[in-house]
Amino acid sequence: MAGLELLSDQGYRIDGRKATELRKVQARMGVFAQADGSAYLEQGNTKALAVVYGPHEMRGSRSRTRHDRAVINCQYSMATFSTAERKRRPHGDRKSTEMSLHLKQTFEAAIMTQLYPRSQIDIYVKILQSDGGNYSVCVNAATLAVIDAGIPMRDYVCACTVGFVDESPLADLCYAEESGGVSSLALALLPRSGQIALLQMDARLHQDNLDSMIEAAMTACKGVSKVLDEVVRQHLQEVSVLSRE
Amino acid sequence: MKDTPLSNCERDFLLKAIEEKKRLDGRQTYDYRKMKIKFGTDYGCCFVDLGKTRVMAQVSCELVAPKENRPNEGLMFCNIELSPMASPAFELGRPSELSVKLNRQLERCLRNSKCIDTESLCVVSGEKVWQIRVDVHMLNHDGNLMDAISIAAITALCHFRRPDVAVQGDDVTVFSPEERDPIPLSIYHMPISVSFAFFLQGTYLLVDPCEPEERVMDGLLMIAMNKHREICSIQSSGGIMLLKDQVNHHDRKIASVKVSEITELITKALENDKAARKAGGRCGFAESVPQERITALKKEETSVEMTDVTDRASEIVEKAEVPSQTVPSPVVPVPGVGQVGQGLQDTWGLEEEEEEEEDEEGGEEQEEKEITMEVEQHEKDSRGGYFEFSPSIR
Repeated sequence: MAGLELLSDQGYRIDGRKATELRKVQARMGVFAQADGSAYLEQGNTKALAVVYGPHEMRGSRSRTRHDRAVINCQYSMATFSTAERKRRPHGDRKSTEMSLHLKQTFEAAIMTQLYPRSQIDIYVKILQSDGGNYSVCVNAATLAVIDAGIPMRDYVCACTVGFVDESPLADLCYAEESGGVSSLALALLPRSGQIALLQMDARLHQDNLDSMIEAAMTACKGVSKVLDEVVRQHLQEVSVLSRE
Repeated sequence: MKDTPLSNCERDFLLKAIEEKKRLDGRQTYDYRKMKIKFGTDYGCCFVDLGKTRVMAQVSCELVAPKENRPNEGLMFCNIELSPMASPAFELGRPSELSVKLNRQLERCLRNSKCIDTESLCVVSGEKVWQIRVDVHMLNHDGNLMDAISIAAITALCHFRRPDVAVQGDDVTVFSPEERDPIPLSIYHMPISVSFAFFLQGTYLLVDPCEPEERVMDGLLMIAMNKHREICSIQSSGGIMLLKDQVNHHDRKIASVKVSEITELITKALENDKAARKAGGRCGFAESVPQERITALKKEETSVEMTDVTDRASEIVEKAEVPSQTVPSPVVPVPGVGQVGQGLQDTWGLEEEEEEEEDEEGGEEQEEKEITMEVEQHEKDSRGGYFEFSPSIR
């Protein structure tokens, strides 16, 4: 432990939030004209861009074609200027390959891939500024982009990280908290059915505390889903007004 | 070379078997395959056999400059090598998705849970620290690589000794093992991964899937725990959905039981090896392989008493009731949702009742298992640091 007080006696965190409070989420859909779907999402200081192409014909190696469903192709990258130290490789290192894999897995569970046999859906996500919770921000941004592309999903996929400090779970960790050595859990949830699309946990935690952490993560995800829902509705309203004129 | 795909017949057969609660190798749902831990001649070299899956872990160390933001902490680095030797599906060249996945999971399992004391690896603050490198090589792939890897890696770390160093002023002297006894790493806890495979939209669950089972599974949940019942990492993979309650109770209960079993086995294996080394006996991998024989044809000898087997078997068969032919019809809460046990009930807790039924049905099988279950003491003595274990089914 760095000796940093992550949760003060009054119940405030280093950036002044309460334990269960999320960071401010701001999002826009349809930010690019070229792509089939795109979205930009800010969660506190973490900023991500997501772009979706497809469903389209298989590109590259045809051997990956699935006769009964669409293949999802994800690429996660971090801009070289996204972290405090300049990154050498924006993508292709182990961490980002793993992140791409996780994104793929999450969206394979959420997108109704069986509707598009023999086709491919590309999801590209870029982190423009990294301040903790990269995975969850990417998932949230990509969800909006997939919705913008008009690809049917079972539900919104909302993701959130949760940390555990002083016997209480902290929702939506920022970088300072993440690097402070707390045990953190990332969870991607389909809020309406309460199904977990991805669950990942780091660091040591006694098993009795897992319940409260998952519970907190689910509440946080539901909070995120409300915001995303609002963004989608807002966007549709704007678009429909424009098209009426 | 690409792996040959599984035919529809094989797939259906496997799934049908799982539906009937049977497994290819005769195991029960929550059984591990036979596990063996052996050590090489060097410190920090460990072979783990999990059924036919075989991995090797080698730990090495070197002096390097520490990271700038952590000047007095040693480094740990994991590398997993999926060589084409283990399976035709593995290819040389760029790391595959699987290898990245396993690698990251092992790193999370060992490094993020802080299982070794990195501060004790500091030699000169800000200038020289030990870098511990864990290399894991697949020798044979027969499913459940992650569990085998995690066991091999942590056992090798426990077995490893680093050279002693002395610092005088600016001089750092590294002593050879002849000059000063090498020092073991300080290990806080032993994280061990337990994998759960989900089948048929998450209706069925198996522990320790073998390779054919892995090919038909829908999803995998890997939980790494230590014997203090602390969770070191959780990772779900494959396109399977889980419900919260399921992750919460059942899996963890099973995982903690398995982890304490495996930890005990590792400690025993380490003790045996230590005793063998102290006694100056022969140790190492080469010693455990019989000479003048081709290794691929090597067969494990199991000491099974054969005198009255037929009598006992027929006796059991006579007594046993005919197993019911009914196929269990589990309740699927929502399609695509993983669950433990059947009908969303904690069948884990009801294990004892089930066990009794199974005793009657599979009496013959039970008999054999009990015999192989004994730790083969005589074999261990004759072969130095060699240790064998069959997981208890009770």
